[in-house]
Amino acid sequence: MTLAIHALSRWAIPLMLLGITAWGLSNKVPIYERFVEGAKDGWQTAVRLLPYLVGMLVAIQVFQHTGALQHLIRLLAPLTGKIGFPPEVLPLVLVRPISGSGSLALLAQVFESYGPDSLVGRLAAVIMGSTETSLYVLTVYAGSVGLRRTRHTLATALLTDLAAALVSLYVVLRFFA
Amino acid sequence: MINYIWFFMILAGVITAASKGEIHLVTEGVLKGSEQAVLVAAGLIGVVSFWSGVMQIAQDAGLMRALARLMGPLARRLYPEVPPDHPAMGSLLVAMSANLLGLGNACTPLGLKAMGQLQELNRDKETASDAMCTFMAVTSSSLTVIPTTIIALRLTHGSLNPTDIIGPIAAATCCSTVITIVLDSLLRRLTHRRRLP
Repeated sequence: MTLAIHALSRWAIPLMLLGITAWGLSNKVPIYERFVEGAKDGWQTAVRLLPYLVGMLVAIQVFQHTGALQHLIRLLAPLTGKIGFPPEVLPLVLVRPISGSGSLALLAQVFESYGPDSLVGRLAAVIMGSTETSLYVLTVYAGSVGLRRTRHTLATALLTDLAAALVSLYVVLRFFA
Repeated sequence: MINYIWFFMILAGVITAASKGEIHLVTEGVLKGSEQAVLVAAGLIGVVSFWSGVMQIAQDAGLMRALARLMGPLARRLYPEVPPDHPAMGSLLVAMSANLLGLGNACTPLGLKAMGQLQELNRDKETASDAMCTFMAVTSSSLTVIPTTIIALRLTHGSLNPTDIIGPIAAATCCSTVITIVLDSLLRRLTHRRRLP
């Protein structure tokens, strides 16, 4: 099962590339010319994105590099214990929305200290897998088309991350405890 | 809300650095962040160009319209304001499938392509449309079913059965996606009446 899934994800892009070009050619689309025409968007998208990325990543770096994030984690740790949420995983929950590489490093750290097959290790893995780098996704997606107002989307995304952490705890307890 | 979160991160950073007597950390953070932003944007130029080109072929060949029709009732329910046979619907399907399969660096370019086509349908170019809000929320809730990176990491840390978290992750991901769709449709009503900045 997992072997098939791995094969699928390795083959998906090559097959997509071959399939789309072949389909285009058989429908008499001048594929190379149309490809070049479409690819022109790439440069513009990246340039439009830059100010959003600078704004967001500067704030995130200031927050992390100064140690403010560590402070926040220390402040919140006693609270999570009260609702039965393992405080060892709290750093991951807080870093996950703002940094993909940072949260991966934290996941590795949890595996290192508690083992990947421990309850804490499994909980961290499930949280990592069922959430995204929300703030990055919103910044890049909204920035690419120059949106100024994303309305309720940030609230939706952050509330979902919170809910996902609690759901993960429930799921891990059901599956493994 | 974004304004407050942004200010909170800066304020907390400055206060922490000042209380440690290491105010230079703020300046270092600013430099690191701006450098990182250029690296991320530059890294996207190539892949976004590539996938925009490929999707242009798909669109010209009528593939996106065919996909859009395939998406059927579910997509129409999720994105009611997108015309069912519009290429944007096809792009949304492609982007969401790439996320489901965990296609790594193809996900963002395909997502941006869908955003671009939703923007063509958007009347107010500076404010996200309902479809954009739903799409961004669903994407940021994670759709990945095959967590390859996590499995690999568990393996390198000596897990006895590194794939035993696939089931729990799939269950948690489905729950969180449903939660995000519900939250999005609830909160959407609030921002319709009173457009918050």
